[in-house]
Amino acid sequence: MSYIHIRGLEFSYVNDLEEPPVKNTVLKGIDLDIERGEFVAVLGHNGSGKSTLAKCINAINLPEKGEVTVDGLDTINEDNLLPIRKRVGMVFQNPDNQIVATIVEEDVAFALENLGVEPNEIRRRVDEALETVGMYEYRMHAPHKLSGGQKQRVAIAGIIAMKPDCIVLDEPTAMLDPKGRNEVMKTIKMLNKEHGVTIVLITHYMEEAAQADRVVVIDGGEKIMDSVPKKVFSQVDVMRNLGLDVPQVTEIADFLNKNGYDISNEIITEDECVQALFSLLKK
Amino acid sequence: MITDITIGQYFPGKSAVHRLDARVKILLTIAFIVMLFIADDIKGLGVGVVFTLLTFLISRIPFKMMWKSIKPILIILIITAMLNLFFVHTGTPYFEWKFIKITDKGVETAVFMVVRIVCLIIGTSLLTYTTSPIDLTDAIERLLSPLKKIKVPVHELAMMMTIALRFIPTLIEETDKIMSAQKARGADMETGSIFKKAKALIPILIPLFVSSFRHAEELALAMECRCYHGGEGRTKMKQLKLRLADLWGTLYLALFFAGVIVINKIG
Repeated sequence: MSYIHIRGLEFSYVNDLEEPPVKNTVLKGIDLDIERGEFVAVLGHNGSGKSTLAKCINAINLPEKGEVTVDGLDTINEDNLLPIRKRVGMVFQNPDNQIVATIVEEDVAFALENLGVEPNEIRRRVDEALETVGMYEYRMHAPHKLSGGQKQRVAIAGIIAMKPDCIVLDEPTAMLDPKGRNEVMKTIKMLNKEHGVTIVLITHYMEEAAQADRVVVIDGGEKIMDSVPKKVFSQVDVMRNLGLDVPQVTEIADFLNKNGYDISNEIITEDECVQALFSLLKK
Repeated sequence: MITDITIGQYFPGKSAVHRLDARVKILLTIAFIVMLFIADDIKGLGVGVVFTLLTFLISRIPFKMMWKSIKPILIILIITAMLNLFFVHTGTPYFEWKFIKITDKGVETAVFMVVRIVCLIIGTSLLTYTTSPIDLTDAIERLLSPLKKIKVPVHELAMMMTIALRFIPTLIEETDKIMSAQKARGADMETGSIFKKAKALIPILIPLFVSSFRHAEELALAMECRCYHGGEGRTKMKQLKLRLADLWGTLYLALFFAGVIVINKIG
């Protein structure tokens, strides 16, 4: 069985303020397998159910139908709650709302304190986590004086101090400026490549999704596509119909391709695009 | 823009008072208050005054800071002095006119009371001036932890305090943003009667409340994701350790305390 194993997952929010209660089904039978060490991006426009899916992975949301297991642990079993959350860390959109303490290092220590780790070990892991995300010099700072990108890195440090196998990031860059976005993406990729952490990145930035090993497209609570970025983005028309963009370079390549130029439409990075255009011009 | 916000009234420093363990400081402050109240004449109180001034000097807190915490209670001081001056009728009278009678005992009690209150304020402010809010919350949690046995939610209270401290700057920033947004839409907050001004605050308070709830919800989620499950089985990264300095600090107060008791007995 794969590391994260999702079968026939259904989930709905019930609004019981209305009479009769309104049931809003957000996930309609999702199957998804994520292996250890993978970097998966989940794409979908607002209300597609991608955040709900993310919260199903670490047992914040429990499946209504179907099953979700992490490392063989079923999320429906309450005894598995802490072991699952220890394995799957989660980073949210707004960095302000996930920092608990008034000093950076205290915040990073929060999860470890909750798990009852021994004080010296906490100290060691907090320093290590802060160094990994490059925030060690800021360990004594007050979080509200940091920039958005720095705050988000502190939030990530707070998760990696737990030494999780997997980190789920729910639009971690949505509230950041380009510089902060870059810092965070670099950190995420480094964690994946150098530390072998499984990454599930929920995003609506195509450029970010293009950096993943695999892209899963969700729409209306269903999985529409699940493939390598090149294969997903090359279907420019399908993506457009779902209300999603493709990276700019892919769009250019697709446009040229449709107008009869001999250029591959599986272009997702700027370098590839430059190369392709260059060889096209040489002809 | 309100940028550099200091929380509470902590005045960072490296004096001997700053370096004392926060738990010890809280206990010593309580002992200090007791000391001021058992001193029953002006001589005993004198010992308390010496202690207060000496500690104040050691802490190197600027006089201006201290004046800030005494200023708000000036009125109370004056009223206390007046009441004692006019309503203590024992002792030899200095001055008598119709129903007003001022006696030597009255003057003495008035001075005694005022000095006691001023000492009280200086002593307790020293605690908050020399201890960071985080250390203070931490110390309170630890000092109250025996109460857990009788089901007092000590950990939860301390957690609430920490989160409140953490969110003060965030909420101030947000208030600032909302205020600018409302001003941009023509809200007038400066002119008009006091009622008008109070009314003008409503469009600021409502969005602020709504966003606090949103903050709370997301924070709770993020805490859950980081395995928060109450105070049970929790450890702390920072272990508070008593050092030799804390013993010296305790002895220092004990000496003065003994002085007050001795003077009480003799006097």
